[in-house]
Amino acid sequence: MQKLNVNGRVVEVDAEPDTPLLWVLRDTLGLTGTKFGCGAALCGACTVHVDGEPVRSCVLPVSAVTDTQRITTIEGLSSDRSHPVQQAWLEIDVPQCGYCQSGQIMSAAALLARSPQPTDAEIDAALAGNLCRCGTYQRIRAGIRRAAEIAARPAKS
Amino acid sequence: MNVMTMHRRDFLTGALAVSGGLVLAVGLPGCGRKPAATGPAAPVDLNAWLQVGTDGTVRFWCDRSEMGQGVYTALPMLIAEELGVAPEAIRVEFAPAGEQFTNNLLGTQITGGSTSVRDAWVKLRTAGAQAREMLVAAAAAEWGVAPGDCRVEGGSVVAPDGGRLPYAAVAEAAGRLPVPQDVALKPASAFTVIGRPQRRLDTGAKVDGSAVYGIDVRLDGLLHGALAQPPTLGGRVRSFDATAAKAMPGVRDVVQTSTGIVVVANTWWRARKARDALRIEWDPGPNSALDTDAVMRGLRAAASAEGQVARNDGDAPAAIAAARRGAGGLVSAGYELPLLAHATLEPQNCTAVVTADGCDVYVPTQTQLIARATAAAAAGLPPEKVRVHTTFLGGGFGRRLEVDFIPAAVEASKAVGAPVKVLWTREDDTTHDAYRPPAFNRVSAVLGADGRPTAWHLHLTSPSITARMFPAAVENAVDPFAIEAATNYPYDVPNVRVTYNRHEIGIDVGYWRSVSHALNCFVAESFMDELAAAAGRDPVAYRLALLDRQPRFAAVLRRAADEAGWAMPPAGHSLGVALMEGYGTYMAMVADVTVEDGRLKVHALHCALDCGQAVNPDTVVAQVESSVVFGLSAALWGRIDLKDGQVQQRNFDTYRVLRLPELPRIVTYVLDSTAEPGGIGEPATALVAPAVANAVYRATERRLRSLPLSLHGIA
Repeated sequence: MQKLNVNGRVVEVDAEPDTPLLWVLRDTLGLTGTKFGCGAALCGACTVHVDGEPVRSCVLPVSAVTDTQRITTIEGLSSDRSHPVQQAWLEIDVPQCGYCQSGQIMSAAALLARSPQPTDAEIDAALAGNLCRCGTYQRIRAGIRRAAEIAARPAKS
Repeated sequence: MNVMTMHRRDFLTGALAVSGGLVLAVGLPGCGRKPAATGPAAPVDLNAWLQVGTDGTVRFWCDRSEMGQGVYTALPMLIAEELGVAPEAIRVEFAPAGEQFTNNLLGTQITGGSTSVRDAWVKLRTAGAQAREMLVAAAAAEWGVAPGDCRVEGGSVVAPDGGRLPYAAVAEAAGRLPVPQDVALKPASAFTVIGRPQRRLDTGAKVDGSAVYGIDVRLDGLLHGALAQPPTLGGRVRSFDATAAKAMPGVRDVVQTSTGIVVVANTWWRARKARDALRIEWDPGPNSALDTDAVMRGLRAAASAEGQVARNDGDAPAAIAAARRGAGGLVSAGYELPLLAHATLEPQNCTAVVTADGCDVYVPTQTQLIARATAAAAAGLPPEKVRVHTTFLGGGFGRRLEVDFIPAAVEASKAVGAPVKVLWTREDDTTHDAYRPPAFNRVSAVLGADGRPTAWHLHLTSPSITARMFPAAVENAVDPFAIEAATNYPYDVPNVRVTYNRHEIGIDVGYWRSVSHALNCFVAESFMDELAAAAGRDPVAYRLALLDRQPRFAAVLRRAADEAGWAMPPAGHSLGVALMEGYGTYMAMVADVTVEDGRLKVHALHCALDCGQAVNPDTVVAQVESSVVFGLSAALWGRIDLKDGQVQQRNFDTYRVLRLPELPRIVTYVLDSTAEPGGIGEPATALVAPAVANAVYRATERRLRSLPLSLHGIA
C-alpha cells in the first residue's frame, strides 16, 4: 500500500510501483476528470499538479510520488468552479468537446500561479504541451488573459 | 446492474430510470438548486423529446451526440424559443436509441454531415410549440377560458387575468390531450432565443472534470479491457498463448473476440500491461504488401477510366477535345490527397454489460441505432434488448460513426459475466482508424480568348466510404459523399462535367470532418487559381467575374477579401483565397502567409460566411475556429502512411497536429441572414488547404498539388 495526498486528502492505494499516477487517480480513486489521451506525455490531457507544478500523470509512476507531495487534480482546483481559470473558461465558453480542458485548465492555473500576468511567449510555452483537437486555442489564450484579470481584482469582502 | 452515482458535484444526478433503461444524466449548470416540489406524480411525456419530470423540470432528450459542436445547447434553444422557457431551465439528457430520433436528412439516428440543426430546425421548434399548446390548453380548461387568450412566460401559462400555472401543475392534464397537428411557428422577427448568443449549457461540467465521457463510465463491478488488434489492417489472429498474461496481477480473463483479443483485468493499466505479454501469431491477411506508394499508383492508374457522370452541363469533353486538337486554351493538372486519421483526443472505447436478458452499452457514438444493432449482433440478442447510453464524446469528427470499438466490449462482457470497459491506447487508435480516403483528382479546363473558362472537367478518383457504410445511398455507382464541393461548382461556365471513379484500396475508409469537401475543394479552388494565373487575372476578381448569378457566393467572397485587405496585404505577406458552398453554408476564406527562407508561416485566416439563420452565433464562430485548426493540421502535416499493410504513424509525435504556439489568428465574419440554417460543424475545414496553398503560390510561384504541404519541404 502506498499513501498519496490527493486534493488535500491522504489516501492509501494498492498499485504496482510502475503504474502511472493517471490510472491510480482514474481507476483506483475514481477521479475521472483527469483524462487519458496519449500515454506518452505528448498531449497534456492528463495534466495534474504535484506541489503546484504541472506534470503529465500518464508517464509519472505512482511510486515516484511521496505522501508529502500535494497532488491536485481538476476536481481539487476549486469546489465550485470558482478558480479564476474556471471562471474565465465559463465566461468565454472555451470548451468544445471538452476532453482536453481539464489538462488545459491545470496547465493554465499552474502558469498563472507562477506568472500572474504572463506574456504571450509564456502562454505559448506553458500550453504548448496541451493538444486540443477541437482547436479552442484562440479561446484558451483569451481565457488565460481573462483569468489573469479576474485573479488580479481585489477579493470580494 | 446499478450505475454507480458520481456525486462529486451535486448537479450530477447519476442513475435515472428512463424508457426501460438507464441513462447517465448530466444536469445543467444552474440546475443545482432544488426544484420546487410541484411536479406531476409520474413523469409526463409531451412528445418524443420533452418530458415534465416529477420534480417539475422540463427535460429534453437530446437525440444528437455532443462532440463539441454545440448541439447540447443549440437544440434546447430551438425548444426554448417555442416553449417559452429559458434554455438554462431545460434539463438536457442524451436520448436513447430510437427510430423516433431518426435524422430525416440522413435516414437513421445519426450525428454527422453538419445536419443536426438543419434536421431539427422545423422538427424541434414544432415539438416545442406542440408542447406549449398542450400546456396552454390544459391550463385554459382549468380556468375555463379560451386558450387563445392565454400566453406563456418563464415556464408558466399566464391567464387573461394575470393568474399563473406553472407547467408542472398542468403537465398531467396536458399529457392526456391529443398532440395538435397544425401549430404556427414564430416568425424570425419574433425570436428571443434563436440568433442571440447563448452560453453553452455544457461548459460548467467541462471546466470541473464532471462531464462524463465514454472513458469515464463507472459501474459496480466494472472490469477493464485492453484489446490486441491485428497490426496489419485486415489481419486476423492465427493463434495465441495467454499463459504469461493470465498470471499477471489483476488479470481476470483473456477473451478472443471478433475484433481481437481482450485482456480483462481489474484496472486498465493491468489489462494493458498483460495485453503486451500476450504471445500472438497473426495472420496478416490480404494487405501484407500494401504501402502508400502502391495505393497512390493504384489511384493514378484507376483514373484512366471514364468513371460515372455526376454532373454534365453542355459538352465539356467536346470543348476539351477541340482544345487538344489545336484550338488551344487547355489547362490540366492532377492533385493528390493522403489518407488521414481522425485522432479524436478521447481514444475509442465502449463499456458493455451483457446479462441473460439484455445488454447495456455506454458509448461515445455518433450513430445510436447502428451501435444498437452492432451490440445486439455481438451479444446474440435482438436489438430491442439492447439499450444504448450515449455519453459526451471526446471528439467525433466522423470517427464515431464507426462502430468497430463496440463488439469487443460486448463479447468480453458476455464471456466474463461482468461489466467490461474496453479502452484503446493512442497507438491502437492511430493504427486502427477508418481513414479519410486518399484521392487522385484530375481537372481540365479550356480558357476562351478573354481568359474565362468555357469548359471545366473534374475527374475524381477515390475509394468509397458510403458503399461500405450505407450502400443504398450510392446511386449509379456514384457515392454522394465523394462528389461534394464538385458537383456544386458555382462558376458561370457553359460546359461543366464532374465524373467519379470509385477505386477501392483494400482497407476501410471513413467519413472525416467535411468528408469529400476537403478532397474536392482543394482541387477545385487550387485549380481556379491556376486558371486565374493562366489568364493573368487577380484570383478574387477572376472568381467574381464568374459569379454574377451566385449572389451568396459573391457576397462572402467580397467580404473575406475586403476584411483580409486583399487589395493591400501587409508588407511581405501573401494572400490566397478559396470559396465553397457546403452543407448549405456559403464560405470564403483568405489565408495570410509569409514564406521566408523556404519556411511557411500562416499568420491569419479570414473566414466570411453565410450560414443562413444562425441559431447560436457564438457557436458558429467557435466551429469556424475549430474547423480551421482541424483543416490546418491536415493541410500542413496530416498523412497516414502504410507499409506492409501497417500504419506507420502511432502517436502525436508522428501524427502531428497543430499546437497552441502555431495558431494563426482566425477571424470570422458572419453575414446576417434569415435563410434556412446551413451546417457549420464542418465546412470551414475544407477551405484551409486551398487558401493556404494559393497563398503559397502567390508568395513563391510554386503550385503545390499534393498534401500535406510538409511534403514540399515548406511546412
